[in-house]
Order: sequence, then C-alpha cells, then structure tokens
Amino acid sequence: MQDKIIPIVMPKWGLAMTEGALTTWSIEEGVEVAPGAEIAEIETTKITNVFEVSVSGPVRRLVASEGETLPVGALLAVVADPTVSDAEIDAYIAEFQANFVPEEDGGDDGPEPETIEISGRSISYLAMGPGEGDVVLLIHGFGADVNGWMFNQPALAEKRQVIALDLPGHGRSAKNVGSGEVAFFGEIVADFIGQKGFERVHLVGHSLGGGVALQAASHPSVVSLTIIAPVGFGREINTGFLEGFLAAKRRKALQPVLEQLVADPGLISRDMLEDVLKFKRMDGVETALRTIISASFDDGSQTIDLRGALASLSIPVTVIWGKADQIIPAGHSEGLPAGVAVEIIPDAGHIPQMEASAKINDLITATLGKA
Amino acid sequence: MAKKSYRQAINEAIAQEMRRDENVLVWGEDNAGGAGADGEDDAWGGVFGVTKGLYPEFGPERVLDTPISESAFIGAAAGAAATGLRPIAELMFVDFMGVCFDQIFNQAAKFRYMFGGKAVTPMVIRTMYGGGFRAASQHSQCLYPVFTHIPGLKVVVPSSPYEAKGLMIQSIRDDDPVVFFEHKVMYDEEEEVPDDAYTIPFGEANLTREGDDVTIVAFGRMVGFANQAADTLEKDGISCNVVDPRTTSPLDTDTIIECVEETGRLVIVDESYPRCSMASDVSGIVAQEAFKALKAPIQMVTPPHTPVPFAPELEDAYLPDAAKIAAAVRTTMA
Repeated sequence: MQDKIIPIVMPKWGLAMTEGALTTWSIEEGVEVAPGAEIAEIETTKITNVFEVSVSGPVRRLVASEGETLPVGALLAVVADPTVSDAEIDAYIAEFQANFVPEEDGGDDGPEPETIEISGRSISYLAMGPGEGDVVLLIHGFGADVNGWMFNQPALAEKRQVIALDLPGHGRSAKNVGSGEVAFFGEIVADFIGQKGFERVHLVGHSLGGGVALQAASHPSVVSLTIIAPVGFGREINTGFLEGFLAAKRRKALQPVLEQLVADPGLISRDMLEDVLKFKRMDGVETALRTIISASFDDGSQTIDLRGALASLSIPVTVIWGKADQIIPAGHSEGLPAGVAVEIIPDAGHIPQMEASAKINDLITATLGKA
Repeated sequence: MAKKSYRQAINEAIAQEMRRDENVLVWGEDNAGGAGADGEDDAWGGVFGVTKGLYPEFGPERVLDTPISESAFIGAAAGAAATGLRPIAELMFVDFMGVCFDQIFNQAAKFRYMFGGKAVTPMVIRTMYGGGFRAASQHSQCLYPVFTHIPGLKVVVPSSPYEAKGLMIQSIRDDDPVVFFEHKVMYDEEEEVPDDAYTIPFGEANLTREGDDVTIVAFGRMVGFANQAADTLEKDGISCNVVDPRTTSPLDTDTIIECVEETGRLVIVDESYPRCSMASDVSGIVAQEAFKALKAPIQMVTPPHTPVPFAPELEDAYLPDAAKIAAAVRTTMA
C-alpha cells in the first residue's frame, strides 16, 4: 500500500539550507506530473528557484500551503496512484507528520564535504548519490564553489553518483593555485579521477571550470563532457566583472558586480553577497584569484584558446550558453566542431545552471545518455 | 566549517596567528596557570578560558603569566611592540585600565606620531567589558568611548563569533595599538565560523539588517538586540537598517551618513554611559553632516548616567534591550 504513495518533500539546495518558503504552487491537486515537472517556487535565504519533481504520477494532495516556511525534508505534497483511497492518503500524511523530525541546524543528515590530498594540497569535495557506477564530476567557475551547483547536484544525484569539487583557491580547498593556469586545474581534476580510481566519469564544468573540464577531458576515464559558458572559445571576456569581483569589499559594491552574472538581477540575494565577501576575506584568496586572472586573461581579453583541445575530443560534448551572458558572450559557441551539441538558453545569463536549472539538468542528463 | 563560540573564535584567531608568526606573544593575568595551578599548567586560560590551550602549544616563552601589575605589563607590551614583537596583552576587565592610562594614552598611542612615522606599535590589548554578568559597577563598564577619544588607538567592538575571529586576526596584523573589547556575556554565543584564517578590515561597517524606514546604529553586544528589534518591527511594517560599525576608531561615518540619508531616522544603541559616548559622538556627526536628511529627532538608547547597579533587577532595568530599541524606533516614526 505504502509504496503506491510517494511523498514530495522540501528539497535541500546547498549545504547551508535548513528551511525554505513555498512561495507559489505551479500545479493543482489532481495534476499528473512526470520527472522534471516544475511544481512550485521555493525561496531560501540564498535564492528563489523552481522546484521540479523526480517522480511521476497524479499529485493527490498539496500538503503545504503557499507562504509557508518549512524545514528541509518536510512534506509538501503527495503523489499516489488513483487506486489509493483518500482515507489511505490521510493516514499516510498523518503518519508522515507524526514521525517527521527536522534535521538539526547545520544538517547532520546531509552529505558533508570530504577532503583528499592532491599534489600536496587539501582538496575539498562533496559527494551525493549512490556510491557506485558512473560518476558525474561538477567543476565550478572563478570565485565560486560547490554551492554553485545547489540546484543541480541533488537532482542529478537521484540516479547516480555526483561529486562537486572545490578547485584550489576556492571554497574549502587549499588556497595555493600554483601557476593559476587552466591546465594546472585540469591536472588537479585528472589526478582526482585517477586517485579515486573512477572508470567512467562525466565532466560538467562552468566558465573557468568549463575550460578546466575540457583540459581534463582527455583523461581516458572521461566519457562525456558538458560545458557551460566556458573560457577559451574566444577573446572577449568581461574583465570589469573580474576586477570588480576582486575589488569589492562590501555588499553595496559587490551587488552590481554579481548582478552581471544573471539575466534577472533579483536572483542575487543578500546571503549570496555575504557568502562571496566571506570567501574573499579568507587568507590567500585574493592572491589566488589574481594569479588565476593573470594566467588566463590579459589586457581585457582571454589569452587561452581551447578550441583545439575541443576538436581533439571523441566523446559526446554539449556546450551550453545563456543568451544574455554578460561575462563571456554566447557568440563564442559559434563555429565549434561538428558533433558538438550547442544549446543556447534564452532568458539566462552567465549562470544558467542556477537561472534555468531544470533545463540544464535535462541537458546534462541527455549528454550522459549519449556516452 | 562548524559552529563556534565567541570564546573559541577569539582563541582560534590567536592560535592561528601564533602559528603563522613567531613574533606573536600572549601575556596577562592567569593567561596560563593562574591562581591554584600546580606549577606549569594550563589551568585557567584567562578568567574566562579564552587563552586556554595556548600555553601547552606555544610554551612559557610565548605565553606568559604576569603579576597583578597592569601598568607594568601593558607598558611592557608597548615597548615590545616598538621593538618588533606583536604582543597580545590581556587586561582582564577594562574597568581596571585606569592604572595604565599613561602607557596606553601617552606612550603606545603616540609612538608613531612622536617618532615622525618611523615607529610602529603592533600591540593588541584584549579586555572584557559590559554589563549583565551581575559583576557590579567595577567590573561591568563599557569604556570603549574613552579609548575612541585618543588619536593613535584603534578600537574594536566585535558583535558576533564570526566578527570576533576576523577582527582579532586583523588586530594582530595591524601595525598600530588596538584595544579589542570582548563582551563577557557573549563568550558562549555561537555561530558558523570558518576554520581557516580570514580578516575583516577596520572602519568598514556591516549592515546586519537592511530597511527603508529607520537606521539603527549599534555597538558590540547591542547589535544582536538591534537585530531582534528590527525583526520584531518588520512584522509591524517598520523596516530598519542595522549598522554594526565593528570599530569605533576608525569609525565608518560614510556608511552611517548614507543610511541616515536613506531612512531619515536614526536610533543609536550604546551600552556605555550616555555622556561623551558613541551615542553622543554618532549623534553629533549626523547632526553636522546629515541634519537636513533627518525627519525626526535622533534617539539614543543607552543606560542612565550612573554606575552599573549590582541588584539584578536594577541591572536589567539599566541595560538597553530589544524592547527599548523597538520603542525608540517607534518614537522616531511617530
């Protein structure tokens, strides 16, 4: 009986999320949903995003009401086969609510970052999903960290192992970035795959991390590559953004800088600004970021060219770009080798994995399926 | 990253800087052994245990217990700093600072100026302040305005564990004498504090709440009360900026003025005596620089101009709290 009833619960987007506010339902009771269906909009202190389900069936009951703030894991809705009676659903909900214990502040139940030593540096990573089979490896961009994948990693990890890395100089990893070149980061990623002994790895990289993933894609274990707004496909880059990111010491100065990342500036929340400022205050971060900038960019343009590296790959590759990207123009996706799937996302800026997460998750999943 | 207390945050900041720089030393009363310790021991770590663990790790050459002779060991810190060390001297309660005013006001604060900019004095004086601990009038004062008055001193009043760690590391690395105020009631307050070292610059205020109607400027422990008041008022449709200046010297007047120009109303919350206080100082600055932006008289939430009372009921009535702050905000809106 119980297995015919499937709960839909408050998702956990990012390590720090403990609760979310259900702002609007985008469905009504009785609607049939399929995996990837957007059912609600959920607001956290970091960001507001659409919530897509991973289950299918008729939504029999919307348990949470609009405007309600609920802890991670709390019951939002119930999906159940038409053969299940209303009384059974009532009983299920009552039982769920009676047994539900919100996780402690800080999240004892959630996955915790782990560390590994790579070429003398402590590298932090966050693993989710089953511990075997193909591995999806997520590589963030300049100034970001594992939390940049908060809308992608949990969704992708429902069916497979998904690991997000903190590159050197970022997040919880050591702040020494060596030469700061994309190739250096590529070696770190390749060494990570090697040390872990992964046999089939799908690389997903964003921006600087897109270039890094491309560099690491020649590793024999890598079977597919998805890169989002990557460096290395053209000369133009918004160095005003990079300089502004480095220079901003307070929220007010940082806000217009980060707003360049998105098509909808409303997405840049106070907490997001605060997290970036906290990151920038860490010892060694400024030096690391400056080293990275001078290694790949000079005098307002990119000095790295990765088109050759892309042409030499024989694995499935998808290149994704937000049409409204103000950091690296979407035009860089033109003239790529035949066989490379190119997807342009309307109404998204430089971080479509946050602005259009459902679409990006679909594209990543599709690329995995080709390998 | 884990939750850490205000006490742990300060301890971690000192330990990390001592590991990084061998010139960083710690001394004060009971910083290691203390009264009742049997020989070399780490019995106390200061009266509130803030320096606990430093003595076993760094040894007697870098963690020193002093006699009860404030003028001697604060003077020694000024001299050591002038000759190249980075001492952190703990003067247990700020209330006792009077016996070494010459060493602080007339020596440490003046070296850079008197030697034509050729001398630096990278010393930190850690000290406890504040009421609410039932410690009576000689152990409960908030004397940061006294030090703010003196050019040549930097004065830090951290409002949370995260702030305390970053500001302590900044204090140790700063080349000027810094007086670092730790509120004794806050030692067990906890929040997420990064494990690695980081710095928070001096003279840059933090907006802990952002709103349109009223600006609340609060110092040290009062920031938490101001946040509580702002959260309560928000439910009644009054939105507040809460400005935590972090340091009273240097003071981020730009941010304060900007916020007052946006909201037109100002409430200042200061746990120190009201005369010649941060409340009166900020009030004076705003009256001078942003008078035309004001839509209502400035409100000051401070204790009365009396010693801190010992009777618990009186002490509670004496100190500012969230309710008093909310009432002052409502007064500016009336």
